[in-house]
Amino acid sequence: MADESISRRGLFMKLGILFNGLVATALAVPIVGFVLSSITRGRSNAYLAWVPLGPVNQFPEGETRLATFKNPNVMPTDGKTVDTSCWVRRVEGDQFQVFAINCAHLGCPVRWFPQSGLFMCPCHGGAYYRDGSRASGPPERGLFEYPHKVENGLITIQAGELPTPGASAALIGKKLPCA
Amino acid sequence: MRLISQIGEWFDQRLQLAAPIREISEHPVPRSSASWWYVFGSAALTIFVLQIVTGILLAMIYVPSAGEAWSSLQSLNHDVTLGWFIRAMHGWGSNFMVAVVLIHMMQVFLFGAYKFPRELTWIIGIFLLLMTLGMAFSGQVLRFDQDAYWGLGIGASIASRVPIIGPFAVKLMLGGPIIAGATLSRFFALHVFVIPGMLVGFVSLHLLMVLKLGINEWPMPGRLVKRSTYVSEYHELTKKDGAPFVPYAVWKDMFFVAFILVAIAACAVYFGPFGPTGRPDPTIIQTSPKPDYFFLWLYALLSLLPPSMETPALLIGPVVVILLLLLLPFLSGEGEKSWRRRPIAVLTISLIAISLGTLTHLSGYTPWSPHMNAWSGDPVPDRFLHGTTALQRQGALVFQVKQCRNCHSLGDLGGQRGPALDSVAVRLTEDQLIRQVIQGGGNMPAYGKNLSPAETTALVAFLETLHPAGQAPARDASRDLALSETPEGHAPAQP
Repeated sequence: MADESISRRGLFMKLGILFNGLVATALAVPIVGFVLSSITRGRSNAYLAWVPLGPVNQFPEGETRLATFKNPNVMPTDGKTVDTSCWVRRVEGDQFQVFAINCAHLGCPVRWFPQSGLFMCPCHGGAYYRDGSRASGPPERGLFEYPHKVENGLITIQAGELPTPGASAALIGKKLPCA
Repeated sequence: MRLISQIGEWFDQRLQLAAPIREISEHPVPRSSASWWYVFGSAALTIFVLQIVTGILLAMIYVPSAGEAWSSLQSLNHDVTLGWFIRAMHGWGSNFMVAVVLIHMMQVFLFGAYKFPRELTWIIGIFLLLMTLGMAFSGQVLRFDQDAYWGLGIGASIASRVPIIGPFAVKLMLGGPIIAGATLSRFFALHVFVIPGMLVGFVSLHLLMVLKLGINEWPMPGRLVKRSTYVSEYHELTKKDGAPFVPYAVWKDMFFVAFILVAIAACAVYFGPFGPTGRPDPTIIQTSPKPDYFFLWLYALLSLLPPSMETPALLIGPVVVILLLLLLPFLSGEGEKSWRRRPIAVLTISLIAISLGTLTHLSGYTPWSPHMNAWSGDPVPDRFLHGTTALQRQGALVFQVKQCRNCHSLGDLGGQRGPALDSVAVRLTEDQLIRQVIQGGGNMPAYGKNLSPAETTALVAFLETLHPAGQAPARDASRDLALSETPEGHAPAQP
């Protein structure tokens, strides 16, 4: 039997499979690249630009006020979603704390109650003290803090990324490249 | 009539579908399976078709853009003729679909239909369940309102907890660093193309297997499934005690399907469409986001789990549950089918149903959440203030102003996060009250930094009055002793 030999048709069939495999691999590169672009784009630093919250004297000493800012990375279809709130606590002088609005439990918007000096979350009952540290409820940690700086009487923050319990280490813990 | 049959023949000569369709519709099913218990699969399929039809209609108006989705839903509700009805049908269809799929799955489990040779039908059914839930969640996202926005935040927070890949998963899910236009667009692609496409494929496989393997016979206690004999026994059964699916069994499916469609339409007309709630504007923070009905149990569970157990439960729990469901036909692929002889199966279903029901019920009044407006909205009932001293009344004021009321109820009004305080003086002595207020503990924040000594004294004086008439407040016996010993020259006990 001529079982060792390869017929002409068999060879073309194998070449056809090989050719299709090569084309599929070549096409997979841009397709996967597109799908993962939201991760890789995240590495470019546009969204890490510093955002101004306003003049320092808008924030009275010893008080915590709500401030809003626009995400530095805006797409035309984003609508209102690029506007975000944060809680600004002016401890004294140029000493500030800027808390993300998102609860460190599952990201719901926390509200500040000056009367009891607590941040309370409406979703699952998390509560935090005025310095952002955990008071009670399901959160495992204190409120997320945005990196901030005071320059020329303006307070600016670096807050382009949604803070989440897992990603928070990336946001706060390590030094971020300045855009 | 002759013309019609001629046209029919013309088509069939080319399509050649009449014979296989006749074969499928007349395939013999066990007479016992022509039961009202066997109608949920066809009902789920019908609702799926309804969802496709209403979904396509909605897509003609809906704009999947974060800037415009909410307004396009408003015009569907108010401007487009019958837009509200199509939205309501789609929303109620979604709720009914999840419910019917769950009932179908429960029936299949209790009737042992997942056993040999229908293991793969069950496994594909699990994927269909997961896709149905995926459709329910992504559909809630497309209703791009406050609940959808913050629901995405919750999804991102859960995804972020996956070790190592968490932060990447969040960006992949959101399509960028924040919830924005790209997030809605990718959920639109998932909800409209990806998951429905997979659903069509898997539903076809699921149906094909039901036809090829035959519908499960009514389980008789004591009739055991054996791999070696089941198939021939089943063929024997359909030969001896079988009947053609059409018309013998199909009329019950048709009745139930019609009933379900009427029920969905009735809910749609009576209750109307779901939302949208407030604009998806993250600067509006006066909101209490809640998930849709079928995820409420999860919302409750996330509030009640101890913090340390939460991440493991969130990450490992679903994997274990899905693995168990997938492995079920291999763990018990043979043996008894009847629920009458499978007490653990019945107990499992009851336990799951009761747990999910209880959690869903709890999520209706969220006892774990502070009532944000109780401190200014719920007054201290008069009876707690009759005959009180000025100091005690001052304490009642502190009690309200410092928002204790947001977590503690008085006279059944106020938050339920902490215990009701109507009779707290019976449970805690004065010293214990002071300690609890200042240091907190047991899930209560410490108020030491936020109360002056005078305020604490007044507050505790008020709390000391909270005991039922005729029942004395709790007292520390050693304190009595210490006080009584003082006049006789003994030194009072050191605090």
